[in-house]
Amino acid sequence: MSQGSKIVTSDFSFYYDSTPALRNINLGIRPKEIFTAFGPARSGKTTFLKSLNRLTDLIPGANHTGSILLDGMNVYDPGLDLTHLRRRIGMVFDLPTPLPMSIFDNVAYGLRLNKMISKRRLGEAVEKALRSAVLWEEVKDRLHTSALRLSGGQQQRLCIARILALEPEVLLLDEPCSGLDPISTASIEETLIQLKEDYTIILVPHSVQQASRVADWAGFFLNGEIVEVGPAYQIFTKPADQRTEDYVTGRFG
Amino acid sequence: MINRTRYLTQSVAKILIWIGALSTIAMMILILFQILREGLPVLHLGFFLDSPKNMGREGGIFTTIVGTVALTAVAIIVGAPLGVGTAIFLREYTRESKTSRVIRFGTDCLAGVPSIIFGLFGFVFFVIRLNMGWSILSGGLTLAAMILPTVISTAEESIKTIPSSYREVSYSLGGTRWQTITRVVLPSALPGIFTGILLSIGRSIGETAAIILTAGSSLVMPTSLFSPSRTMSVHFYILAREGISMKMAYGTGAALILLVLMVNIIAQWLINRYIRHRT
Amino acid sequence: MAMKEKIIEKILLLTAFSSIFILGLITFFIFKEGLPLILKIGIKAFLLGEKWIPSKGLFGVFPMIVSSFWVTFGALLLGIPLGLACAIFLSELIPPSVGLLLRPAIQLLAAIPSVIYGFWGLIVLVPLIQNHFGGPGLSILAGSLVLGFMILPTIITISEDSLKALPPTYKAGALALGATHWQTIWRVLIPAARSGVVASVILGMGRAIGETMAMIMILGNAVKMPTSFLDSARTLTTNIGIEMGYASGDHRQALFATGVVLFFIIMALNTLAISLSRRRVH
Repeated sequence: MSQGSKIVTSDFSFYYDSTPALRNINLGIRPKEIFTAFGPARSGKTTFLKSLNRLTDLIPGANHTGSILLDGMNVYDPGLDLTHLRRRIGMVFDLPTPLPMSIFDNVAYGLRLNKMISKRRLGEAVEKALRSAVLWEEVKDRLHTSALRLSGGQQQRLCIARILALEPEVLLLDEPCSGLDPISTASIEETLIQLKEDYTIILVPHSVQQASRVADWAGFFLNGEIVEVGPAYQIFTKPADQRTEDYVTGRFG
Repeated sequence: MINRTRYLTQSVAKILIWIGALSTIAMMILILFQILREGLPVLHLGFFLDSPKNMGREGGIFTTIVGTVALTAVAIIVGAPLGVGTAIFLREYTRESKTSRVIRFGTDCLAGVPSIIFGLFGFVFFVIRLNMGWSILSGGLTLAAMILPTVISTAEESIKTIPSSYREVSYSLGGTRWQTITRVVLPSALPGIFTGILLSIGRSIGETAAIILTAGSSLVMPTSLFSPSRTMSVHFYILAREGISMKMAYGTGAALILLVLMVNIIAQWLINRYIRHRT
Repeated sequence: MAMKEKIIEKILLLTAFSSIFILGLITFFIFKEGLPLILKIGIKAFLLGEKWIPSKGLFGVFPMIVSSFWVTFGALLLGIPLGLACAIFLSELIPPSVGLLLRPAIQLLAAIPSVIYGFWGLIVLVPLIQNHFGGPGLSILAGSLVLGFMILPTIITISEDSLKALPPTYKAGALALGATHWQTIWRVLIPAARSGVVASVILGMGRAIGETMAMIMILGNAVKMPTSFLDSARTLTTNIGIEMGYASGDHRQALFATGVVLFFIIMALNTLAISLSRRRVH
């Protein structure tokens, strides 16, 4: 299953001090598909996402065993350039998190960090990213006003645009619609389906329904372990494991 | 009956507190009024732009304004980076630990050290040991040490209020720690840091005891960082205490009050403007 | 890139130790200059000696210690009730919008240079005391009144902060039990914020003991044991402030030794206040 996978995790376990948060995760995530990691609260989904781009490094006392390979390269390699890794793997958080600056500056933030970009190319890159995130038409006349004034759904699409500007390979989305109304949610989901043409997407959905609407491949997380993983239509219609079926049909969760 | 006493006690207590609070404000206004009433008529352009003559009996206070600005500038240029750096380290580089507790204890203690002790220290260390003599540099460095706790605590407070999600976003976009600090954390913390610096400017303008021991009280126009100098506060103190000229003392006192008022009002105005701008 | 980050972290670590470093330097140099004289004439003779005649080599600071505490005590008599009243006023009695106007006024109170207060004491209070109570006017009473006013910002801001930091349930609970607003303030809120209030008073005390220039202007500076509030007096700080300008040799060392005594008192008060406000946090 690791053949042709973008990301491969082998026996990956993760601990906060000595409390395990993830146990023996073995996954292969294929390129240009939407993989959803779903399951009840506190089952390790967010930790899983954050250990892919090593945002878990910010948490004191975090440690792990096993490995995660991105295109065959171990992301926990001590010699690895963390900055470069995080540019390849972009992340959108559960609540919209625009930085307190203008719309333009938000999208340009990541690009400016490595400085080597001309003013003209920066403008083009920002426009392209906003178009990809289906936000351009709504904000093109007010690029230099504060991003904090956008609506929740617009803010979340701005966060997606901010990542797309870096032209990453993988997108991590942690319940990106949890604070949004149904219409904004629908627009984000449409955006995601357009985006998988070019990106590998790992989504923690905020509901089973959302997972079944957008996923190509799905993994069910429970208590830090993966219970079952497979093609989405199979997981959501005829799961092999009883616990998956109970969760998908709404008997717990 | 019991109820009536309870409410009577309450009314009396509340009235007393109103009296206490209002009389505090009234006293402050009275103090300012009594000095400004005598001092404001002395203030005219020449008073600010002429150098003092005859020990300060005649002329203006120009050299003391220059001295005040120079000392304050040295204090802020040295003290502000140290203080902001400390705050960044405490908030962005360490968790609550033994190190951070030691640093905080040191800062709190430094905040309580009286200015005359800073003066003694500045005199024996900068003036004598480092051979800087009574000078703007000695005085400015002593002031820098004095304002450090204010800068640290105000900067720390404002860094503390910045949501951690900002940092996570910056890291997830490939920002390093230092990039995150300079591009996200510090810009958002700027109003708080600026308040701290303005408060420190106010303290530097008003300081007397430490400066008289480290910068001296020369009325000659300073020409370099190693020149001795007299600040407005020191000038005011000497005029009043040695009874040189009450008229000039009132004038200098009024100028001091106006300066401090101005610094405070600018601080408030900038903060409000910044807050409006951000939301 | 990683190299640059490492260097920046090291620089910031060094910066962070600057305040400790300065505190260390201050302690070292004050003691280095002051201790030899204390040891030379004896701790007891220095601390308990009542005569300060530098020309004869007599250095006793007992009257100054007593005067320092006397002036401070007087300042607290005025500062505690007024400061607490203002703190309660700001946190409980007035609408927050009015507080927004009053708070800058109290900040301004802290920002006014101490020489201004001293000058006002000299031109207003001193003649007033002289005319109404007799004596020289330059007196502990004048000093206490001015100092009491000067320590208000310290007492008000820290007390108000600790009153504000109380969980709102305290107030709601007391009111729900039928206590009047005042009973709630006096019997629930103030006791609950006790350690913060006490810390504010101790810090105010530290400020009062440490004040120099304003006191030189209004205390009269006579070296003698004070016997009444109308006596003129010389405190530890004013002793240094007045004589430092011309002292040399043993005399200068004796002034640093006075600084050592002051330093001890201040550090004791600081440590006490810090441990009290730590307790408030936990």
